[in-house]
Amino acid sequence: MKLIRGIGLYMQMLRRFFSNPGQKRIFRNRMINELYILGVQSLPIILIISAFIGGVSVIQTSFNVDGPLTPKIMVGFVTRQIIILEFAPTMLCLILAGKVGSLIASEIGTMKVTEQVDALELMGINSAAYLMLPKILAAMFFFPVLIVLGAGVSLISGYFVVAFSQIIPLQDYVEGLMLDFRPFTLTYMMVKTIVFAFLITTISGFFGYNTRGGALEVGQASTKAVVNSSIAIIVINLVLTQLMLV
Amino acid sequence: MIEARHLQKTFGDHHVLNDISCTFEAGKTNLIIGQSGSGKTVLMKSLVGLHDIDSGEIEYDGRLFSSMTIKDKRLIRHEIGMLFQGGALFDSMNVRDNIMFPLNMLTEQTIEEKMERVDFCLQRVNLENAHLLMPSELSGGMTKRVAIARAIALNPNYLFCDEPNSGLDPRTAGLIDELIQEITQEYHITTIINTHDMNSVLNIGDTISFIYQGKLWWKGTKEEVMTTDNQELNDFVFSMELTKRLKNSRV
Ligand SMILES: Nc1ncnc2c1ncn2[C@@H]1O[C@H](COP(=O)(O)OP(=O)(O)OP(=O)(O)O)[C@@H](O)[C@H]1O
Ligand SMILES: [Mg+2]
Repeated sequence: MKLIRGIGLYMQMLRRFFSNPGQKRIFRNRMINELYILGVQSLPIILIISAFIGGVSVIQTSFNVDGPLTPKIMVGFVTRQIIILEFAPTMLCLILAGKVGSLIASEIGTMKVTEQVDALELMGINSAAYLMLPKILAAMFFFPVLIVLGAGVSLISGYFVVAFSQIIPLQDYVEGLMLDFRPFTLTYMMVKTIVFAFLITTISGFFGYNTRGGALEVGQASTKAVVNSSIAIIVINLVLTQLMLV
Repeated sequence: MIEARHLQKTFGDHHVLNDISCTFEAGKTNLIIGQSGSGKTVLMKSLVGLHDIDSGEIEYDGRLFSSMTIKDKRLIRHEIGMLFQGGALFDSMNVRDNIMFPLNMLTEQTIEEKMERVDFCLQRVNLENAHLLMPSELSGGMTKRVAIARAIALNPNYLFCDEPNSGLDPRTAGLIDELIQEITQEYHITTIINTHDMNSVLNIGDTISFIYQGKLWWKGTKEEVMTTDNQELNDFVFSMELTKRLKNSRV
């Protein structure tokens, strides 16, 4: 019951996020600003995590396909599939839910409890769209870039791990990466990422916007934002996968 | 002039505003007084439409605000300046950008015109050199003054001040009161001030509305406050030993 009511309120809030934010020039500036804050500033953590996970994936896969019957090129193949289908879009977006989600919820929540949102409204500004729309669009635009970079770095770091450890011949890894490549998997990765970017920003904005009280509630809103957008990602991931891959 | 008629506002089963009718005149400093938690902020936010009232009517110079669509309300709000209880400056912007913000959003002025206006507003609140400070670098009194500067940036017809001088030393508090009174008279603004500061009441209370238990309990001028025999108002106004003595000495 509470969940249904919550989803209803969330839908209402979405309508407010996607209304006219006013002055185009200011909107563009805010958009550039958000691209930097939500996108560029997330680059380091995405790259670090991708580099390590890429390496680990290669080692684990080669450990698992260690039988005499399985060809070594399977290592590259499986690693690539894991990274593109699941690790890059889903796991990296979960990381982003933690970073970006808490950032958005605490920023909006703080503005709410210190009456800055009221101040915007009082100037006759549509605060929901003014504050949130640039964030939503910036994330939907830049998260795919992050995810592609993340996937690329993972596969490259896999290459270096193979090169240094020689667990399998380097040639086999590269051949495996190319094996039976279907461009549709990239589309699937992109669609997932864009949907997740939408979920993370709007859900966090929703919890930020509904903050009442003080600093304590801002912290709670930020936690709720991360937890709920993570759950939404996991659930929608299943739905999308069912729809697109089966 | 702002006119409120039979305002009702409840939060759940908490009846905060109970049938409040009140007129606030232009060119005067209209004070709303009452205990902490009596509903002053709620009344003010209801008047500007930040809270939806349950029933009643609000009129801005004959324009029926309470039944407008949000779009039309926004147009009226362009004529409103408001000083929030906590200042509500935008954390991410320095003082100059805070004051320039409404000009950026709502006018087509050139950058020179806007800079000039910012200088003028800051000068008005005696903060000539604060342009580049961030809100976190301001003292409480400076925050309030910057908030006033932002509120008057667009030359409002209506000015709302929620406790403009709470938590300030008496001298700064007095300066802010005088400042508000000055601009009110100079530009013939309809000014509404929430306060529980007795100095303000006695200094600038052109009209005074006393809110008690959700009702408009008493209304009068600063002279009448001193001589009233309304029990609840007396208890509130003369709760301080000093004002009590002041009253006795007058009698
Ligand atoms: N958004 C809200 N939801 C529920 N109750 C509220 C809300 N805002 C205010 N109230 C309640 O309304 C009452 C009046 O609050 P209000 O903020 O108007 O007091 P006030 O007169 O401004 O007090 P102060 O002088 O301390 O600022 C309080 O009891 C408060 O708990
Ligand atoms: Mg208050």
